[in-house]
Amino acid sequence: MGQVVIEADKLTKAYNGKVVVDHLDLKIAEGEIFGFLGPNGAGKTTTMLMFLGLTEPTSGMARIAGFNSTREPLKVKRLTGYVPEKVGFYDDLTAGYNLAYTARLNRLTEAEVDKRVAHSLEVVGLGDKGDQKVGTFSKGMKQRLAIADVLVKEPRVAFLDEPTTGIDPEGISKMLDLISRIAKEKNMTIILSSHQLNQVERICHRVGIMAKGKLVVEGPIEELGARARGGKYQVEVKTTEITDVILSAIGRIKGVLKTERSGDTLLVTCTEDLRPLIARAIIDNQGMLVEMKIHTQGLEDIYLKYFKEA
Amino acid sequence: MSGLLTIFKKELADHFASWRFIILFSLVLLAGTFAAVTAAQHIRSTQTDPNFIFLKLFVGSSDSGSLFSFLDFVKWFIPVVGIALGFDAINGEKASGTMSRLLSQPVYRDTVINGKFMAGVVTLAVMLTSVILLVAGFGMRVIGLPPTSEEIARLLFFLIISVVYGSFWMALSVLFSVLFRRVATSALASIGVWAFFVLFWSPIAGALSRAIEPPGTTVETLARYGQMNLALLHVSPSVLFEEAMSVVLDPGARSYSQLLRLLTGNGGIEFLLANPLSLGQSAVVVWPQMVGLFVLTVVCFAISYVKFMREEIRAT
Repeated sequence: MGQVVIEADKLTKAYNGKVVVDHLDLKIAEGEIFGFLGPNGAGKTTTMLMFLGLTEPTSGMARIAGFNSTREPLKVKRLTGYVPEKVGFYDDLTAGYNLAYTARLNRLTEAEVDKRVAHSLEVVGLGDKGDQKVGTFSKGMKQRLAIADVLVKEPRVAFLDEPTTGIDPEGISKMLDLISRIAKEKNMTIILSSHQLNQVERICHRVGIMAKGKLVVEGPIEELGARARGGKYQVEVKTTEITDVILSAIGRIKGVLKTERSGDTLLVTCTEDLRPLIARAIIDNQGMLVEMKIHTQGLEDIYLKYFKEA
Repeated sequence: MSGLLTIFKKELADHFASWRFIILFSLVLLAGTFAAVTAAQHIRSTQTDPNFIFLKLFVGSSDSGSLFSFLDFVKWFIPVVGIALGFDAINGEKASGTMSRLLSQPVYRDTVINGKFMAGVVTLAVMLTSVILLVAGFGMRVIGLPPTSEEIARLLFFLIISVVYGSFWMALSVLFSVLFRRVATSALASIGVWAFFVLFWSPIAGALSRAIEPPGTTVETLARYGQMNLALLHVSPSVLFEEAMSVVLDPGARSYSQLLRLLTGNGGIEFLLANPLSLGQSAVVVWPQMVGLFVLTVVCFAISYVKFMREEIRAT
């Protein structure tokens, strides 16, 4: 793990005695894309707001690049960008003016303002829309503008709260590519909340699943997968014909725990990825291999598993 | 550029470019000119006291038969302008989703509300100044006399207090925009308060004081009733404003009390010297009213300020 830029220490928030975020401990390193998962009301947004210095924690501490978010909100706000879930712009003003406003609030000089606004719009693919009123923008364009709004201030850390809600599948895919490209090019640390798992899976280095205010599980996706599977792999094999010879040959491979047969498919449970060995066993015994698939457990399964637990 | 200036500039630009401003401004111009024209016609058609004739354009006179004077117009309508400039200041931004984006920028929260309030005050001032200048220009043409320096000073005074009066209503609507989540609610609440104090308060105060201190027939009971009525009337900011301004715009006025003015005015007993007061002396007469207005404005703004500073930004 590189230098830690985001840190939560027993971060807790209660509204009228109802605990929304419960003793959260978290460390995120520079340049990481961290996926914040969880159902609605799990406390993801509240956690983000505490990091951003917009909401005061009931107890515990949130730090951004060493600055206490509660005590030094202005310093934190200079370093962070935020895309709220229901992001809005001044509809009567142009996209360019909206971004320039953000830039000016960050005390940039007029020359810098123009340069950064133009550059940010270019990066998100709205380079020719700067003079258009935001009221005419589609939802997807507004979301991209929100990303540009973050880029304008060139933050070290960006919090994106459900940045993909309400946009079409193609837009989502473009948005995710954009986010991961920005993280790489600008060396920006990004915290991304979502409940659309397949997306997060694609671009996040690490995910944390939140439920009822607690971080239930946290780590790189592959690792979480292995943990959820309990260290077992399942290989689905399809051949033209399943003979007893093949079956016993597969059974003899070291590491195979179980073989189940259903029609012309075989389900092999093993301790590691044994696909090459299984393939050889079939071919050596005059079988014709049609298809072989490994069932890695997707984030979806993990998510559901932990949700049931929570 | 500092955060305050940035917000102030943007809000000001917003005000001036909005349809709301254009509509209000046209109404203000229309009503203001109408009041001045009727007053001017009255001045030309009747023989009136030639002193401070310029100011009469703004106060009108009770027997002019016109619908309303310029002063009445300011009393009734400037609150609406103030309300229109403030009722969605805070909750409007929340509704459009720009508030959390704005507050995640490196500016203090008070900067946001200060910038918005300043922009509103400046907008009000610009509106009132241009209408007053327009009426004054028109007046010079009609009457054929330029205003004296005393009159100019009094008009300036009138302008400043009118801006304070408008700011009070703006502060009130900003307060409602902090208190209420929905824009429609804060607009309705502000207009409700406006209707109550500007339109209905004097009959209500009359009825209340009759109930508390029945006028009866003796001088004593009548006086007590009068005092009670006056005390109740003074609750309304528009009464404070009207009293203060009727004295400031009329150098002959010795008191804001309607009773005393009736006695000293035309047909009444001239037991006081008819010399006009100096501006300073006029101001002294209505000092309490002006301080009252100012304090009301500050109190409204302070409450919204504190409320807004303490408010949690919440998920959803």
